Amino acid sequence: LPAKQLTHFATVHSGTVNMVSASADGLSLSHRQLQAKEGSLSVSTSFVTQAAWCVLPSRILLVLTSQKGIQMYEADGSIMVYWHALDASESSPGQAVFARGIAASGQRFVCVGTSLGHVLVFDIPGKGTNITLSEVLEEHQGAVTDIAAELREQPEGSIDLVTADDSGGLCAWRSGEEFQLVSKIPASGGSCSSVRLWNGVIVAGYGSGQIRLYEAASGTLRAEVAAHARWIYALDVAPLSGKLLSGAEDSFVAVWRLTCNPDTEGIEIRHCQTECVMDTQICGARFCDPEGRTFAVTGYDLSEIIRYAQL
Amino acid sequence: MSTRTLPLLFLNLGGEMLYILDQRLRAQSIPGEKARKVMNDIIATMFNKKFMEELFKPQELYSKKALRTVYDRLAHASIMRLNQASMDKLYDLMTMAFKYQVLLCPRPKDILLVTFNHLDAIKDFILDSPSILNQVDETFRQLIDTYGSLSDGEFQLIRQTLLIFFQDMHIRVSIFLKDKVQNSNGRFVLPTSGPVPWGTEVPGLIRIFNSKGDEIKRTEFVHGGNYLLPLREGSFDLYGDRVIKLGTNMYSISRPVETHMSGTAKNTASRIKENAAPNPLAKEELNFLARLMGGLEIKKPLGTEAGFRLNLFTTDEEEEYAALTRPEELSYQVVSIQADQDQERNEELSRIMEEFEVAEQPRQSTSKGADLLAMMDEL
Repeated sequence: LPAKQLTHFATVHSGTVNMVSASADGLSLSHRQLQAKEGSLSVSTSFVTQAAWCVLPSRILLVLTSQKGIQMYEADGSIMVYWHALDASESSPGQAVFARGIAASGQRFVCVGTSLGHVLVFDIPGKGTNITLSEVLEEHQGAVTDIAAELREQPEGSIDLVTADDSGGLCAWRSGEEFQLVSKIPASGGSCSSVRLWNGVIVAGYGSGQIRLYEAASGTLRAEVAAHARWIYALDVAPLSGKLLSGAEDSFVAVWRLTCNPDTEGIEIRHCQTECVMDTQICGARFCDPEGRTFAVTGYDLSEIIRYAQL
Repeated sequence: MSTRTLPLLFLNLGGEMLYILDQRLRAQSIPGEKARKVMNDIIATMFNKKFMEELFKPQELYSKKALRTVYDRLAHASIMRLNQASMDKLYDLMTMAFKYQVLLCPRPKDILLVTFNHLDAIKDFILDSPSILNQVDETFRQLIDTYGSLSDGEFQLIRQTLLIFFQDMHIRVSIFLKDKVQNSNGRFVLPTSGPVPWGTEVPGLIRIFNSKGDEIKRTEFVHGGNYLLPLREGSFDLYGDRVIKLGTNMYSISRPVETHMSGTAKNTASRIKENAAPNPLAKEELNFLARLMGGLEIKKPLGTEAGFRLNLFTTDEEEEYAALTRPEELSYQVVSIQADQDQERNEELSRIMEEFEVAEQPRQSTSKGADLLAMMDEL
């Protein structure tokens, strides 16, 4: 079943975040082992922190981040096109080294966060393996936890990238030849574990179980939700409907609806439904279609991906 | 992942080991003086200064098998002997208990309170030995120094590292099954009621602000869980009320130590895979063991002192039966046999094993089960 689900994910160009997933070290990752990450099999020396499909107008890449570095594959996971090794010597002794947070941005960039708080911007050509590191953004104090981008058609100069870190700090960026920092939201309320961007609204999930909505341009707090009793692991937004999905360690997965009225500048969030995945600490949750009619979740020690559909 | 995980893993598993040994020593009616000596000897070895120094150096976690070797040695730091089946059971119980505590700990940071619960209890086990007490307090201070200033994110990384270590272990433990905190499939029950973690709100409230930052609307929703606010935060000081109960002693005479072995199909498959995969770390791991155990100073027991054998099962027959029926893939010895095939590793391994032998007691002094001891030697 997981393998089937994986194909499903591949066809809808979505991804899974699987914090406790593991996979092969360094360069020797095979297609079969890519599936093994879905089955959460811990067999080797380097733990994969995140895996996501990056959808750019010209191509789709599967990007994996781990303790050793960043791997980029063709969308079906068959060929590895790029490998970026992390330099462990830069960090102080005792500090863990890893990459975490993946997002496609603008026309041709893929952004990946690191434990040092840097955001690496890679320039992706239309085809081939000539991927280059074009920029390093150094604004975060803590390790990067998540990166989100918005790829919709939008007016020139609007914010299309947001990055989050361990201390709870958020940065909103404008992509381009050189990425510009637009607003910076200072850390408050613990680690920001997950972040999404929708219609110029930053949706942030925290270790404390809170979800907050911020105006990306100004950094103003617009809503605060006591959403979960434990650490939030995953957020996802269905871009067409404005539905929001949240999954946490309290074994609950919730669906919310975001509304954004450009005339009155009203930003609202409404609770739609909650499902309990019995005795499962949820560590990955994704919508399976842009409308948000179906979603899939997985959890720690769980070898299954559970899919929910709206009837 | 986090290179600060090993001390917490070691101390908590060690704490669980001491709880179980304490309970079995009573159940087997070992004379008070002998039992006290065993507990004091093991605690003194566990908190040895040199050993703690090695332990607190930033490093990656090693495999379950490598770590088991350390506890094997630790359990034999005194005049007590455990045979293979009892040692297997002891290690299963320790690991499942700590997996439960890591999984259930409310905030990532509370993993430190779980550790403090263990250390508090260990201090109560020490009898008439200010120097051993001092060793434990020294470790206490080292924990506060090392972990006191870490952020939530770093603690979560430690917790994730521990969870990865315990992934796919689903051994059923009767005390957990009876308390209904474990399901028959080996998974733990996650409560959806009770106090929320310190610093977390009870879920169910949405607050909306306008662009000036004023609150303009409040709505409530039904979350599905039934939570309360916690009364207070546990103490992270040397002495204090830890508030959370995870990591305290759950065994007593009326609640004996027992396991149900379960090798579910999934579990079995993944273990075989783990064992069959060539382990590039094997050599590094042996070096780690050599270094770590170099710090485990084991006092040679006096030849005149009578040793005894501890049984983790109710009767000797049960123990023998468990040894015979334990699924092969659950045996922790599989890899050492594989390692034997490698010439280079073999030398290293036999060197370590020789160090074991030194610690062994003269055989004639054991009152019982010399043949079982021989089994130990063949490991």
